[in-house]
Amino acid sequence: MELLYSMGHYFMLAASSNPQEGEPWFFEPFFAYLVRRWDRILVMTLEHFELILVATAIAIAIGVTVGVIISYYEPIAYPVINVTQVLMTIPSIAMIAMLIPLFGIGFNNGVAALVLYMLLPLVRNTYTGIREIEPAVLESAKGMGMSELRVLTKIKLPLALPVIMAGIRVAVVLGVGIGAIAAYIGAGGLGSLIFNGIERVNYPMIWTGAIFISIIAIVLDLILGWGEKRLYRY
Amino acid sequence: MVIKLENLTKIFQPGDAPAVDNLTLEVDEGDTCVLVGPSGCGKTTTMKMVNRLIEPTDGKIYVENEDVSKKNPIQLRLNIGYVIQEIGLFPHMSIAENIATVPRELRWPKQKIQERVDELLSMVGLDPELFRNRRPSDLSGGQRQRIGVARALSADPPLMLMDEPFGALDPITRSYLQNEFLRIQEKIKKTIIFVTHDIDEAIKMGTKIAIMREGKLVQYATPDELLSAPADEFVVNLIGGNYSIKRLHLIRVEEILKEPFTVSPEDSLDEAKEVMEKSQLELVLAVNGEKHLEGLVTPSSLRKEGERVGDVMDTPDLTVDSGATLNDALSVMLTNGEGYALVVGDENRLQGVVTLNAIMEALQDNEK
Ligand SMILES: Nc1ncnc2c1ncn2[C@@H]1O[C@H](COP(=O)(O)OP(=O)(O)O)[C@@H](O)[C@H]1O
Ligand SMILES: [Mg+2]
Repeated sequence: MELLYSMGHYFMLAASSNPQEGEPWFFEPFFAYLVRRWDRILVMTLEHFELILVATAIAIAIGVTVGVIISYYEPIAYPVINVTQVLMTIPSIAMIAMLIPLFGIGFNNGVAALVLYMLLPLVRNTYTGIREIEPAVLESAKGMGMSELRVLTKIKLPLALPVIMAGIRVAVVLGVGIGAIAAYIGAGGLGSLIFNGIERVNYPMIWTGAIFISIIAIVLDLILGWGEKRLYRY
Repeated sequence: MVIKLENLTKIFQPGDAPAVDNLTLEVDEGDTCVLVGPSGCGKTTTMKMVNRLIEPTDGKIYVENEDVSKKNPIQLRLNIGYVIQEIGLFPHMSIAENIATVPRELRWPKQKIQERVDELLSMVGLDPELFRNRRPSDLSGGQRQRIGVARALSADPPLMLMDEPFGALDPITRSYLQNEFLRIQEKIKKTIIFVTHDIDEAIKMGTKIAIMREGKLVQYATPDELLSAPADEFVVNLIGGNYSIKRLHLIRVEEILKEPFTVSPEDSLDEAKEVMEKSQLELVLAVNGEKHLEGLVTPSSLRKEGERVGDVMDTPDLTVDSGATLNDALSVMLTNGEGYALVVGDENRLQGVVTLNAIMEALQDNEK
């Protein structure tokens, strides 16, 4: 969403500043900027990846664990999912601001914000993935003498994996967009280009940030989508 | 493996009527005890208390004189085969991995597990080469249920719990698997608790039948006793009318086999004609040296051109396996409009012939 806002914002700026007739206003300055600052862009792209990777890893660890736990304690399942849902509705700027007392400003704050946003798809998908397993499968596993831990690791998680994978995919794509906002408090990444660009009214800079963020989102989505399909659906 | 249920009671919700009500029952070593009764009468609950998937409210269960409530549930279950109607195969594992579940829990060496898997696949009539690496979703309902049985037998448990194992299958597959299981059971001699709501299946599979109603035991008897002396009106209604027809499920073809007239496919037609004259049924069977059934010779096949029996014989189609009941044999006869059925054992070995007359005689003897 944030991504769309920033791109929409750019369109508005572009439209209102109405460039001179015949004067190049998009491709030429844009490519010139790419060529001139490619090293900086590369560093920021890597920073962006790093932010998302770290956040995703932490979010999977927490989200899957919470999803597994609530699958055992039915009464708290929906309250917990609702909490993660509420987290998701907090505007990202507000979330980041609220985390400043805990994490200060910078990379850690960005990671923490991303993790909180990513929890919903991970918790919910882990929980539903486990809940959707045919009861007969679990009954026969238990009836044959598998311990609960073995049922979890050998039956439940493998069978829920395709659904968990779908959650990871949603979480990652979500994270790429929100990650841009984290640049506001100095978490680094391609968001910095957008914020600096807006400040300096430098359109090629804003475009570069927006386009590269979209590319990262699309590429990660494609890779994860491919991985998801490779997982056997039963 | 003797099992004793003593005053077993299960009340799910305080205030509810008991699902199992003061049930006392003893199953002898090697017996198949069938729990039968209308839906909701507490059969499944009773069975699940044996492997502690459900804990009793009151009463005791002894397996081999040991109180199961004092045993570790995991250890207990690893020693009890468990088959349910929905089978519950693990969809993300191959057939071999499915069958290997309990041996893997018991940490058998890999080699031993592989050998056991192949042995079991062969036992349930599926070619290990073909089936080992398939997924459960590639299998038909009947094949899946065979895997379910093989999986339950994998660590050779002395006791088996089977909850409507053939209930979801079509009648033909069901009867086929029932016969196959009876044949396997004859070799492996497990102590079995078998749940069904189908009285015909109970009569066919059980050495003892426990009739249940609203959680209580109504009658516990052999199939024969049950048919000749039903305890009350409820049992009479459950059995339904037509005792002679029910008996068809009770008697096996093996008990009334007749020695067939046989020739070899190598024999000449003249030799076959000679044998044919002795046969009242006008039926001669071609078997090879190892008694494998090769073909069927009738008067009309002898009128065909040819030198040897092998040239003129027909494909034998009216076959039932040796575990079949008279009901199975009769149904083959009726389907084909013939008065006989051929009984074959392992590897298509001819065991004998069942005739319509023999079935009628058997039923009359049994009435007395
Ligand atoms: N987990 C459970 N909780 C509450 N009631 C149950 C439960 N399982 C079974 N019952 C009740 O116990 C009775 C016996 O059920 P069950 O043993 O499944 O019957 P059957 O296998 O003979 O059809 C039924 O009335 C059923 O509704
Ligand atoms: Mg039941």
